[in-house]
Amino acid sequence: MKNPLESLWGTVIAGVLLTAVLYFLARKIMGG
Amino acid sequence: MTGDFIQLGIGRWLHIGAGVMWVGMLYYFNFVQVDALKAAAADTPPSGAGITRHVAPRALLFFRWAALATVLFGFMLLGGKADEALLFKEKAYVPIGVGAWLGLIMLFNVWVLIWPNQKKALGIVPATDDEKNRARRAAFIASRTNVMLSIPMLFFMVASGGLFRTAMFG
Repeated sequence: MKNPLESLWGTVIAGVLLTAVLYFLARKIMGG
Repeated sequence: MTGDFIQLGIGRWLHIGAGVMWVGMLYYFNFVQVDALKAAAADTPPSGAGITRHVAPRALLFFRWAALATVLFGFMLLGGKADEALLFKEKAYVPIGVGAWLGLIMLFNVWVLIWPNQKKALGIVPATDDEKNRARRAAFIASRTNVMLSIPMLFFMVASGGLFRTAMFG
């Protein structure tokens, strides 16, 4: 599989996905 | 009151100003300079020397010091609550804690991976052609990693206060 960081849009999409994962993790830590 | 004005008011202003400079330069490198240098290398004769000689070193100067200033002003803002944020001790500080950790990882990438490798790649310190190529690749991946991390970092920074935190995290 190609490293998403090789392309600019792959990097942006990886960042958005990471945001979603961290958002749900943060909500879990906050007990929400 | 005066203390709060300086720490929370002026501190937030300076934190955001330095952050705009830092992330602005990061986006300039990734959204503009990487492709511009690729296009310049394909010219006959190659035309990228002016960028690597005059633009990139100046951009890197503001980039790395703005990164440090952003984090220092961030700690000034957190004050005595830094441990509650970074250790996720208090519910209200979880979003800013996540943002702060992302910012710290990004600062590490700037000073430990990007800047030392860019010094070699741009010829600011002596390096063989092979070392320059490896340094260019390492700096590129670290820089792209920071673009990726900047997206959740900005989300958690803006989601950390006031109405937005209530809207996003309840």
